[in-house]
Parts: sequence; C-alpha cells; structure tokens
Amino acid sequence: MRLKNWDELPVGVKILEPGNSEEYKTGSWRVNRPIFEAEKCIQCLFCWVFCPDSAILLKDGKVVGIDYDHCKGCGICAHECPDKANALTMVPEHDKQ
Amino acid sequence: MTNNKPHNNGEQRVVALTGNEAVAEAMRQIDPDVVAAYPITPQTELMHAFADSVANGKVSTEFVLVESEHSAMSATVGASAAGARAMTATSSQGLALMWEVVQIASSLRLPIVMPVVNRSLSGPINIHCDHSDTMGCRDSGWIQIFSENSQEAYDHTLIALRVAEHPKVLLPVMVTLDGFIISHTMERLEILDDEVVKRFIGEYHPDHPLLDTRNPVTVGPLDLQDYYFEHKWQEAEAQLAAAELIPSLLKEFAAVSCREYDVIEEFEMDDAEMAIVVLGSTAGTTKNVVEELRREGKKVGMVKIRVYRPFPAREIARALTKVKVVAVLDRSIAFGSAGGPVFDEVRSAFFGSGVSPTEVKIVNYLYGLGGRDVKHSDIKSVYNELAALLHEGTSNGVVRYLGLRAPKKEQIALELEEHQ
Repeated sequence: MRLKNWDELPVGVKILEPGNSEEYKTGSWRVNRPIFEAEKCIQCLFCWVFCPDSAILLKDGKVVGIDYDHCKGCGICAHECPDKANALTMVPEHDKQ
Repeated sequence: MTNNKPHNNGEQRVVALTGNEAVAEAMRQIDPDVVAAYPITPQTELMHAFADSVANGKVSTEFVLVESEHSAMSATVGASAAGARAMTATSSQGLALMWEVVQIASSLRLPIVMPVVNRSLSGPINIHCDHSDTMGCRDSGWIQIFSENSQEAYDHTLIALRVAEHPKVLLPVMVTLDGFIISHTMERLEILDDEVVKRFIGEYHPDHPLLDTRNPVTVGPLDLQDYYFEHKWQEAEAQLAAAELIPSLLKEFAAVSCREYDVIEEFEMDDAEMAIVVLGSTAGTTKNVVEELRREGKKVGMVKIRVYRPFPAREIARALTKVKVVAVLDRSIAFGSAGGPVFDEVRSAFFGSGVSPTEVKIVNYLYGLGGRDVKHSDIKSVYNELAALLHEGTSNGVVRYLGLRAPKKEQIALELEEHQ
C-alpha cells in the first residue's frame, strides 16, 4: 500500500471509509508465527473462537489456515489447540522456512 | 476606533458593556449549538451573562455545566466533532487544565471559538492580567487574536467564527481579552444588528460530522510513524491558509461594521523613528502616550499585533522597516529564553525580510506581570529609553523590566523619569 502525502489525506485525522482496518496489515509485528497442520486438526474451532485478530481462516466451516497479513503472533491459538490434536505450533518468525 | 457613519447594514446599538458582557453578547448573537463551560475568574461573568441568555430563552444553545475545564474542552471537542457549532471560554488555570485537550481540538481541525480572559498563571496564585496563559499554548495549532478593548473583543469573537469555520482553515480560535482591564471595565461600544450578525456568520456546514450516521467516520484514531507527521503538516498548512484568508475576512467584517481591522495595527508609523510593539489593552495606553509625544514633535509610533497566530512576521517587518529603534513589550516571561515570546518572534521576523537586523536596534520590556499596573509614565519611559538608544547608542541590555522594583542600577525606567 502506497503511503499518502499530506495533501491526499482527509482533514482532521478522520477515516472516511468504514471497516477499512483490514487494509492495515499488522502481520509484520510478529515475532513468533503459528504453523497450522491440517492433517492433525480436529476442527474444534477453539482457535477461531479465541483469536483476537480474526486471523484464523475458515472455509465451509472448517479451519484451513492462518491470515498472516493480520496475525500478530500472540500464540493464543496454539495455547487453546487441544493437546490431543496439537495442530498449531509457534515457531520463531526467522525460522519460518 | 469605532466609526459611527451610517451604512446600509442596519443601525448599530451604542451600549455600555464590560468586555465580558460584550463577548457574551456576541455569543448570544452567534447562538452556538453547544456551550460547555466551567467558571474561573475573570471569565466567570462572561459565562454568567451568557447563562442569562440561555435561561431567558434568547438562545437555543445546549448549555453544559461541567466539572472542570478539562471536561469543558472535552465536551466542546465532542460536540464540535458531532457537527455542532461549539464554544467555551476560560482563563489562566482553566486553560492550563484544558491544555491536553486544546491540542486535540486543533489536530482534529474543529472550528471551536474560545474567548480567553487573560490572567496570570499560578504560582504564585494571582487573579490579574498577564498573557502567560495564552502564550503557554501559542504553538498549540490554535489561531490567537488579541483584543485592545471591549469593542474589539466583541468584534473579534464574530470574526473568529468566520476564520475558524472557513473550509480552508478549520482551526480553533482563541479570542483574548485582558483580565479585569477589559473584562470588568465598562466601555462604550457598538453592537451590530442581530440579523446582520446572522448573515455575517452564515450557516455552519460541518465537514464529515459524527452525527451523520449514514456516512460513518472515525475521529481521533491512533496515528503512528506512518501518518502522524503528515497530519501535523496539514495543521501547519491550515495556519498558512489562515494567514492568507484573515485579511479578506477582516474586510468583509469592515463592510458590515465600518470598523476596519488588519492583522496588525500601525499607529503614527508613517515617519516614526521609534516604535513600540505591543499586544492587548496596553496598546490603548501606548496610543495615548504616542499622541502626547507627537504633540511635542517626537517621531514615535506603535505597532499593535492583533492576530498573533498565525504570526504576521512579514507585516511586522514591513511596518518597522523605517524605524531605527524598537521596543517590544511582553506581558509574560519565557523563562530561560533570549527574551519574551513576542520579542523573540518580532526580532526573528527581521531576518530574511530584507531589513538588516543590525540596522534596527530592538529591545525587550517585560511588563505588567500579575496585573502590575502599566501607567502612562511607564510607556513614556520606554520611549525616553528608546530616544537614548537612538541618540546616544547607550545600551542597558536587551531584555529590560518595566515597573519592577529592583536595585537602582537595573531600575532603568525610573532612572529615566528622574532625568526628565
């Protein structure tokens, strides 16, 4: 996203488009990233319920992955993932590949 | 001064009012949607008089009695962001308590008009006039207009609304009047017809108000490294826009009132060799002394700064081009600074103006703190001191004190009186 110049911004620090927080990518803040292993997932959706940033991606009611553009790496999803499944693990961001 | 010649904008009422009552009368005519205020000396009577208008049904204002000035400014900011024409008024400690929210009003570009009845800041506690309170927020993004008398306080309140609400400006405005000296002194002034005021101020059409629920907006979001600087620059640009627009708005006001104002007022400056630069009610005293000294054939003049923010640097430098010695009067102290705030800015106005600062001798007088009386003899002693500086080139230091009890060596003003 190109950053706007001062003369392109609404006057008075106003945000004129409702619901545009999605455009603000917060994924770069992350220190640890959650790794999702689909084959281990029991689809309890605890991670989806607890994620404070709505960064658990669902398709047809099933967890399919993580929205890394908005996940800040808090680790709540990995913490809430039941021990018997253990489908989410946190790894340091610099070790991601 | 006022001009009583008839014009096609209805008769003006000639009345005797105190400065506080005059501003309250302007507020009655403006009929703001919301006023939130907390009483503080010497502003109390201003809101007292306006509250009478509310109680007597002369305005349709929602009058909010709050628990502090921090709340007064917060409520005013909230009302203004909602889309209301919102006003408040304060003094001294009240303005100090507002300080946090004062900056928010300007950064949100809310066209709030706030009369400030100038009073010294604690401590030590004192209720009388100096300019410490408004000088404390001279860089807060607000426009500041200083008044010499009740007439100007009334006029400036109306003009301030037009400046604040201009789509290219959208900045809050402080209209100042000297505590007690103007606020509690009854003077003759002319009040415009209610309809003329209504036409002059026009209807207010807020920019993206919060109460426009069909077009929801966010006001006051977190603004970090990526955009804060750009938004602060927008405020700086708005000050520049105000500097360009204020003269034309003053002309519009002159057309309905027959009272012609400019961002600065030059008094007997055509051939003046010595000049005093001053703000507020002391300008009146200075004019009187200038007239007296002119009768003695002395080439003295005065420059009064009406609009202090945006600072009229170019206009001041131009007005002082021909003078040889200048005294800048400051009714506040900027501790640890090279001089008072007005002095610092007037002196720097010379740089880049084409007038060499070395050709003009500029001195600073700090005066009138805590309401210390400024007498004719005080102002006269400044001109005498300027004459000494002009003819003998003597210098008693750049920053001087007027009316301060001090060891004899520093008692410049009194020494000069004795020489006379």
